[in-house]
Amino acid sequence: MVEKKGIAASPGVAIAEALVLDTREFPISHRKLHPSEVPAEKERFERSVEDAIAEVQSIQKLAAEKAGGEYLRIFDAHISMLRDPELRREMLDAIENSCCTAEFAVSSVIKKHARVFLAAEFLKDRVRDLYDIEHAIHRHLQGLKREDLGHLESNVIIVAHDLTPSQTVTLDKSKVVALATDGGGRTSHTAIIARALGIPAVVGLGSLTADVVAGDLLVVDGTAGDVVVNPDTRTLDRYHAKARNLHEHEVRLARIRQLPAETAGGHRVHLYANIESPMEVDVALQRGAEGVGLYRTEFLFFEKGSPPTEEEHFEAYHHVAKALAGRPLTIRTFDMGGDKLEPGGISTEKNPFLGCRSIRLCFQRMDLFRTQLRAILRASADAKASILFPMITDLREVRLAKRVVHETMAELDEAGIPFDRNVQLGIMIEVPSAALIADLLAKEVDFFSIGTNDLVQYTLAVDRGNECVSALYQPAHPAILRVVRDVIEVGRRKGTRVAMCGEMSGELIFAVLLVGLGLTEFSVSPAVLPQVKELIRSMDYDRAREVAARALSFEDPEETLQYLKEATAEVVPGDA
Amino acid sequence: MLQTQPNVGASTPTWLEEEVEVPNPQGIHARPAMLIAKTAGAFKAQVALGRNDVSVNAKSTIHVLTLVAEQGARLVVRACGEDAREAVEALVALVRGGFDEM
Repeated sequence: MVEKKGIAASPGVAIAEALVLDTREFPISHRKLHPSEVPAEKERFERSVEDAIAEVQSIQKLAAEKAGGEYLRIFDAHISMLRDPELRREMLDAIENSCCTAEFAVSSVIKKHARVFLAAEFLKDRVRDLYDIEHAIHRHLQGLKREDLGHLESNVIIVAHDLTPSQTVTLDKSKVVALATDGGGRTSHTAIIARALGIPAVVGLGSLTADVVAGDLLVVDGTAGDVVVNPDTRTLDRYHAKARNLHEHEVRLARIRQLPAETAGGHRVHLYANIESPMEVDVALQRGAEGVGLYRTEFLFFEKGSPPTEEEHFEAYHHVAKALAGRPLTIRTFDMGGDKLEPGGISTEKNPFLGCRSIRLCFQRMDLFRTQLRAILRASADAKASILFPMITDLREVRLAKRVVHETMAELDEAGIPFDRNVQLGIMIEVPSAALIADLLAKEVDFFSIGTNDLVQYTLAVDRGNECVSALYQPAHPAILRVVRDVIEVGRRKGTRVAMCGEMSGELIFAVLLVGLGLTEFSVSPAVLPQVKELIRSMDYDRAREVAARALSFEDPEETLQYLKEATAEVVPGDA
Repeated sequence: MLQTQPNVGASTPTWLEEEVEVPNPQGIHARPAMLIAKTAGAFKAQVALGRNDVSVNAKSTIHVLTLVAEQGARLVVRACGEDAREAVEALVALVRGGFDEM
């Protein structure tokens, strides 16, 4: 039995046999061909390339249907490289001049180009594409079919170094019960796909592929970030129990999917989903989301490594809007630093967190801002859309952002392109200055969305990712509770809608408190949505108000948490 | 557009060429390289893209990428053959248009 620790990428527990993908090494024969074998070898090579192109094209078509066109650019790059005349000529020449096998020719030419790419900062990310096509050609040379992930016999857990887009697009959703990869992080491709499919995933395991062979029994605990290979009986029993509990829980929660998120006494709350990719909409709706309360659009930049075109923006937003069929959709303009604009970029700022990011970057790169706004407005024509601006610190920024929106609307008008004139405009309340002047900001916008993740970091001066101080990151700090209370209160007084999209809104221990403070719009991760709803449906609004008032009276966050734990246990035993 | 004959002698091909500057902030990364290769590939003429002393086949995505042409890089678009003029014009327009990224 081997126990491994990785990064929890998608919650849940799965137990099944491993299907190991992408064994990285293909046997490459160094055999020298007899000159008479060369023509046949060249033909074998050409055929394999054509087969590889056909395969990528069919996967691309599948991706367009399933994934809303998000991966089209990646497949375009693969096809373009497979069709590259120079690459082909170099490989054919190698076979001819060195009398080597096609496999050898392919690998040496790819290696040569990979070296050049690796040496150039802005080509480094494209090396993956080179290896992908090398792999594709090799597979066809070997006469191997792509692991047919679309038609599996029994439940499997996929184990790979990293999952490629073409692999994830073709997954047989009914049989793949979990994903586990050596590489990747919370925002990687594998994580997004797993969350979109609603299956557990653990990434960043380092060397899982070295410890697993096909057929090994695996446990993947995507909630804790653990993987166990060939568990002993005791461990297996433990996980079976955990999986069973989770499953029963899921079944119970599925029953309330269509029911409204209202308290026992009928006080209505709205539950929306936070998403990062068009692929997650389906699972969000399946779990009972009433709409999307936060669409984090910076993910469009991450996968590509360069800014998306207007069409790429639009494709994504339109796909989500269509899936939502009139339910609310809040799209946040891109919220990241300038380093994400360059392929393989690294930030040169000393303090990027306080630097040129998010809305500030938008104002410095108006071209990117306008492109995104155009696409959002175009998508608003068939949707109930809202635009959300991140990292707002003052009135000047809101007014400038609004002006750019109106200018963009005028452009679209002139071109006769339809959009929703009444699209709602809102701002994130995540910087303390915005919270402190919320009353002034309320006049300028239709809604606020409280971003607790950054609000807590900025207010408590804590870098959550810094192990030395991360324990100081505490949403139950009286300062945070006061800010949240006050912003909700300003919203009520000024008639401005207030939503919360930060992690705090999805943390069960704060649910009673937030409802009691008067928050009526929660946007949470689809994974926790059903539990939040269950809690809301079980609570009493008047009691929640009492709890909120009392919780705000503690000086010590630990006491607050203890109190909230007890208050939550009253509502739904065992769920705090 | 210039017309050049690189090697003086009998039956040397005539190359048409034009200089162009890379306008878009990301330079010639994957997507522009693909567009260049696709555009060039549609013509019968031989099409080359040069930077400093290096000249590559413009129909090759990978070779175009290896030029590592950042914003502001000066490139020479060259073509030789039947539809050379149209090829040069098309590529120059593509580059000057910033590959629709601006």
